[in-house]
Amino acid sequence: MWPHAFALLATAGPETAPKADFLTLLYVLMLATFTGLLVIRNVSRLLHTPLMSLTNAISAIAVVGSIMLAGTQETGLTTILGTVAVIASMTNIVSGFLLTDRMLKMFKKREPGKS
Amino acid sequence: MNMDTVIQPIYLVSALLFILSLMWMNHPSTARRGIVSGVAAMVAAIGGTLLLPEIHSYNWIIVAIVAGTVLGVPLAMVPLTAVPQRTALSHAFGGLAAGLVGASEYYLFLVTDKHPLSGFATGALVAEVILGFLTFTGSLMAAGKLMEIIPTRPILYKGQNAVNLSLLAVAILAGVWLVCSPLQWWLFPLIIVLALTFGVMLIIPIGGADMPTVIALLNAYAGLSAVAMGFVLNNKLLIAAGALDGSSGLILSIIMCRAMNRSFTNVLFGGFGQIQVSAGGAEQRSVKSATAEDAAQIMDAARTVVVVPGYGMAVAQAQHRVRELYDALTKSGVEVKFAVHPVAGRMPGHMNVLLAEAEIPYDRLIEMEEINPEMPEADVALVIGANDVVNPAARHDKGSPIFGMPIIDADKAKTVFVIKRSMNPGFAGIENELFYGDNTLMLFGDAKAMLTSIVQALKE
Repeated sequence: MWPHAFALLATAGPETAPKADFLTLLYVLMLATFTGLLVIRNVSRLLHTPLMSLTNAISAIAVVGSIMLAGTQETGLTTILGTVAVIASMTNIVSGFLLTDRMLKMFKKREPGKS
Repeated sequence: MNMDTVIQPIYLVSALLFILSLMWMNHPSTARRGIVSGVAAMVAAIGGTLLLPEIHSYNWIIVAIVAGTVLGVPLAMVPLTAVPQRTALSHAFGGLAAGLVGASEYYLFLVTDKHPLSGFATGALVAEVILGFLTFTGSLMAAGKLMEIIPTRPILYKGQNAVNLSLLAVAILAGVWLVCSPLQWWLFPLIIVLALTFGVMLIIPIGGADMPTVIALLNAYAGLSAVAMGFVLNNKLLIAAGALDGSSGLILSIIMCRAMNRSFTNVLFGGFGQIQVSAGGAEQRSVKSATAEDAAQIMDAARTVVVVPGYGMAVAQAQHRVRELYDALTKSGVEVKFAVHPVAGRMPGHMNVLLAEAEIPYDRLIEMEEINPEMPEADVALVIGANDVVNPAARHDKGSPIFGMPIIDADKAKTVFVIKRSMNPGFAGIENELFYGDNTLMLFGDAKAMLTSIVQALKE
């Protein structure tokens, strides 16, 4: 029964792609934008640089579209372009997360022993 | 079984983890949890995509993932002073990926019959390609300026704004035409070329002091191009994650603009720093200078010292010397605080990261709004490589281009020390009244060398 429930939720699969439900997509955009605005407003100003490298990694979500191109291999050209896009996105994912982690490790409170 | 019933829930979890990841960035104590959550979200997104039934070959994907990792690791190891240019490069990669995927989607529509494009999808495709390619060249230009390969001063010419706006307008018109008649394939490369050119032209008039805003704005564009890709591919995760990224870039740009008392249009089309060439006049005023020993003596006797860091500290790589000064002063019972202006440096939060790298506890880093009421109580303000953000002209001189910009009230401290190489005006080319103040003592020299001598004198 669960698969059915999900199937109902997930109406817009690749099979149904031509008849995309744009209104649903717009809903997602609207809700995600407001969530983003509310969440980001609370990010500490101390962490704006790490926030930026984290969102670098998150915007590399374009990797999803890139993988589809590189993996479906419909034409030679799109396979090459897709592969380049996966490389670019992967670079952002790896460097974004690693750099954010490296920077966040540096933020320390005062050690209790020191005044 | 329809794989979609598995993939869509995975995407849903991924979107949730992305939101949590950003939520946990609200405080340094939870921020590292945010990375774990972000990585998990990305793994879920990639894993879910690999399950798609139409993906039947993994060899190129694996090659690309390995290549991306090999490229990404060194990019994460750059010195922290170089993080602004790394971030700009990263936006360029993001824009490139979006642009290439968009171009491929259109190509597939032309040569195969499996990729029909509705009018709405064509519109999204045009938006994705324009945003992606303009982010690509714009970010490369920004990185070039930050690395000082390209002159960092704003390059202006007559009719610049008209040229830029018409480039964008032609690109959008070509896009609209393409939506109306999607088979006019020649429009597509035209749009790409226009977007690439617009990206370059957009950054040419922007000076280094505006880089924090521009980097934040390019961050938003990279997110928006992912959103557009989501509309083309009918993928909700792309839209959600792209929107999170876009709103982050938007909020950061708004914060940066407010911190400079300027509007978006003013940053993008203003050409800061070239406006007032004649203002100020050739009036010669005298400055008082002091030696490292004088500074050490006064700071040692102070109760509170407020350090105001700026981009000059990053250029001189002086953050570790600042830490030594902090240690020496703290040891003799002086309270040391750091006043961080939102636009100090070349990207949002740049100073905080540099000072954190030098192991200065983050509770010593105080935001402008919080430190300003305390400034009259401060015995010493020590300005290191900051200029416009401490210029009192912003408070009262209506003729000054920075009038109205919120500043750190360094001039209100009992004694002000300014470490500076020479009396050359700062980046924006604006005279700084602070240097001529009665309570101001200039410490001429390289920030790193000067701090070393002060620490030396404090120890004696």
